[in-house]
Amino acid sequence: MGADPLLLGKISLGVLVLVVVKVVVAFAVLLVTVMLMIWFERKVISDMQNRIGPNRAGPFGLLQSLADGIKLFFKEDLVPDRSDSFVFKLAPYLAMVPAFVTFTIVPIGGYIKVFGYSTELQVADPPMGILLLLAMSSISVYGVMLAGWSSGSKYPLLGSVRASAQMISYEAAMGLSIVAVVLVTGSLSTRDMVLSQQGSFFGVIPHWNILRLGVIPFVIFLIAITAELNRPPFDLVEAEQELVGGFNTEYSSIRFALFYLAEFMNTVTMSAIIVTLFFGGPDGPDPAPLHWLWPILWFVIKTGVFAFIYVWLRAALPRLRYDRLMDLGWKVLIPLSLGWLLVIAGMQISKVAGFSMLAALIVGAGLLYRAMAVGQRSNATNAMSASLKVAPKDALDSRAKFGDTHVVSGKRVVTRISAEGVVSSKSGGDPDGRT
Amino acid sequence: MFAAISAPDFFTFAAAAIAAVAGAIGVVTLRHPVHAALMLVMTFFAIAVLFVEQGAQFLAAVQVIVYAGAIVVLFLFVIMLLGVDKKETVFPKDSVSWKLPAGLVLSIAILVELSILAKGVWATGAHSVTAAPNGHSNVGVLARAVFTTYLLPFEATSVLLVIAVLGAVVLARVSKIQEDISSESALEDEMGEVNAR
Repeated sequence: MGADPLLLGKISLGVLVLVVVKVVVAFAVLLVTVMLMIWFERKVISDMQNRIGPNRAGPFGLLQSLADGIKLFFKEDLVPDRSDSFVFKLAPYLAMVPAFVTFTIVPIGGYIKVFGYSTELQVADPPMGILLLLAMSSISVYGVMLAGWSSGSKYPLLGSVRASAQMISYEAAMGLSIVAVVLVTGSLSTRDMVLSQQGSFFGVIPHWNILRLGVIPFVIFLIAITAELNRPPFDLVEAEQELVGGFNTEYSSIRFALFYLAEFMNTVTMSAIIVTLFFGGPDGPDPAPLHWLWPILWFVIKTGVFAFIYVWLRAALPRLRYDRLMDLGWKVLIPLSLGWLLVIAGMQISKVAGFSMLAALIVGAGLLYRAMAVGQRSNATNAMSASLKVAPKDALDSRAKFGDTHVVSGKRVVTRISAEGVVSSKSGGDPDGRT
Repeated sequence: MFAAISAPDFFTFAAAAIAAVAGAIGVVTLRHPVHAALMLVMTFFAIAVLFVEQGAQFLAAVQVIVYAGAIVVLFLFVIMLLGVDKKETVFPKDSVSWKLPAGLVLSIAILVELSILAKGVWATGAHSVTAAPNGHSNVGVLARAVFTTYLLPFEATSVLLVIAVLGAVVLARVSKIQEDISSESALEDEMGEVNAR
């Protein structure tokens, strides 16, 4: 399976042991990274908010996450009376396992030799590679959804419905930006993606996918992934002002810790995936000594940068409103990524085809924008006419008479007009002339 | 006729097959709809593992993405949002005696059919190969088939899907315009109130 030299020959006991060791080491490393990531996030946010942050447990508060973990472990474990106890206990694992499985396809470095076996520095290199990311991100919906439902309480349910709707919506944009990477690589394997990004343009600029694809797929992917992870500014799942604590309100003790762990594990994993897809993975300058170390070092540094960007986003941006979130996903990201995919496909054939696709994209974007504007206006008109029990044209006229040209939604206009005691008006006027 | 199967292959097959069958039994026996849906996910996963074992990696990924990731999520949405009862409340009263024997006869017939299909090649043609043909990748072979030999059915299917989506949108929109504003979804009402403030 895959191109890993370890698995090409006969599967002996030594190979089996080595695979298990790889999995265990990767899991341990990821857990330690998550611990550090939690500390890092708290420290950086504290700095940005002019606070000190955790500084008691260990040097610089490094052991704070460990202390929190131990505390949570010994807390009382509550299972609500009205919950569905089996699903309630299952959900945290469904949230955590996909995060780890996704990490297994990330190439961390080149090849190493252990006890005579040569192997890739990555847990698994299946030919379907990046599809595993899509599969796991669709599985991670279950964790959130079932957690909210099985709690048997309304706020968690609301939170989980929001979350799953959001995750499903952004999955499409995410998938389309991944397709762009697959298109230039010609393979689904993550290792092939990293290999195809080696080298440079003109000897100086790195041959990374972010430049090869134009920056747009990367931006779409970053936004979609942030929404997929329910990280701020897309963390409507746990909007504490509206939903108490979101889908994990009823969770306590180690199960709550698992959700927390899953969130940060996902953050680290997705930083690594971004690096793999768009920033060349372990690619970087490779001075002569310590040949095996440099790729790993570059990979860790790049991943760290994206981990920092996630924290930065959290500290800097306010949460989006739910309808804006859905608008961004469906009306901007998906059409844009589809159009850009056409451009990239055109560029694969020839420059002429690529630029004509670009022109088509611009024209299409203009048309779509116009269609949405018209649709929104007719929606507002229809809603208003329905409430006034008159024809759409008359409703527009009445609105024109009272000078309310600021259409946000039908309801707002309705409130105003009824407050003025007017039900309908049949005065003439050009309905299209004033918006 | 049967090639010798290696030990790792056998264990993978046994584990996946047991999981698939257990999941399938769970789907029909569990009373709670959500539990049944989760069992369905387990079956899909086990089948995906069987696909991987056969070298059909792409099919395995699609199996998980489409069936486990999209369709069952949709099932769960419907179950949760429509508030299906925790337990099945409707039991058929006429549990007549012929159902059990009929089911048994049917299952034996299917078993016989399956074993005939497995033993012989007259119905299915030659046995499938366990590796990707001619050293091409899964995706490459699939794409070549879909975009050359089966181009017309493929495009027709995509048109059909687009029509289905458009139809759903049209059906959902028409009723909304005709109805009173009061019957609009609670979310829009709420948003309107926020705007009015």
